[in-house]
Amino acid sequence: MEYILILITAVFVNNIVLSQFLGICPFLGVSNKVTTSVGMSGAVLFVMTIATLVTYLLHEFVLVPTGLDYLRTITFILVIAALVQMVEIMLKKVSPPLYQALGVFLPLITTNCAVLGVAILALGLESGNLLKAVFFAIANAIGFALALIVFASIREQLELADIPKGMKGVPINLLVAGLLSLAFLGFTGLV
Amino acid sequence: MAAEISHKQNFLKGIIKDNPVFVMLLGMCPTLGVTSSAFNGLGMGIATLFVLLMSNIVVSLVKSQIPSKVRIPAFIVIIASFVTIVEMVLEAFIPFLYEQLGIFIPLIVVNCLILGRAEAYASKKDVMSSIIDALGMGIGFTIALTLLGAVREILGSGSLFNFKMVSEDASTLILFILPPGAFIALAYLSVLFNKVSTKAN
Repeated sequence: MEYILILITAVFVNNIVLSQFLGICPFLGVSNKVTTSVGMSGAVLFVMTIATLVTYLLHEFVLVPTGLDYLRTITFILVIAALVQMVEIMLKKVSPPLYQALGVFLPLITTNCAVLGVAILALGLESGNLLKAVFFAIANAIGFALALIVFASIREQLELADIPKGMKGVPINLLVAGLLSLAFLGFTGLV
Repeated sequence: MAAEISHKQNFLKGIIKDNPVFVMLLGMCPTLGVTSSAFNGLGMGIATLFVLLMSNIVVSLVKSQIPSKVRIPAFIVIIASFVTIVEMVLEAFIPFLYEQLGIFIPLIVVNCLILGRAEAYASKKDVMSSIIDALGMGIGFTIALTLLGAVREILGSGSLFNFKMVSEDASTLILFILPPGAFIALAYLSVLFNKVSTKAN
């Protein structure tokens, strides 16, 4: 039950993109086609889960016991950067088709604040443990995927729409994101 | 860039022509995430300005020592060190702001504006130009965040810098301090900014 609550909260109520504003760069940057946004979502799911797993263990068994808690930010970002590189190299060897699909998105993920954000947020979970933290990461990645794919579908339609000149490009995208966020606001109070 | 541009132009480009928020769309997460009031926007802007300035200086100083293959991780470590300093200073001296900005303080590390300036500017130019570039970009970012925060605060809570402008029981457009308001306010502000900057040219 607790896990279902985490899932619903992360996907709908506190959607990572639309209500917490993490990962806005890829959200605006790679959302012009549904296919690319699916690829990006896959890459984020992959990296976010592994990154949270590793950083949680590192925090719990290295940083806290040694009293180096204040080095959290530096350690986490380095771990994430190294991890992205490693995942890239491993995917290339192990599964070329998956690498073909996710490859171009992987380097972008290092500076995706959603990954670092979720890794940090996972530390603050109530009565948290490793399983919960990893599940939290997966739930947030699903939330990210949902927001990104819905947004990309709307943007594909927007290409055909007649938009006032001054609103073209960034402003109309932001406005659409705003309306989408408004829709997600409707889930408040669900949990 | 054909000719070397003057320090003044270098400074001004960050504020208007290449404004990080309205033109280059860098650092969108904190821009949208913390601007529910003008004070928060200003605080975030100054914290980012400090990190940007310090990392630009350090990157510019050590650029010849860093092998180009590992430059990105090296830049990230430099940036992360300054972010940690900001985090500790804010927690100690301005706990109120520290609470308000929350998760977005450690996330200054992944603000693409800072890494972008380190990579595109400070790693190629001398210290003085890097300082001016950082000041221009940082102030441009701060102005954008404060402006967005001010608009949202006025519409959403009827106050500016926590100074109430309407009576206590007046109803305000609460939407603007909620997440959707961030997107909508920024959308219209960037329309306005484009309009004004094309007029100015």
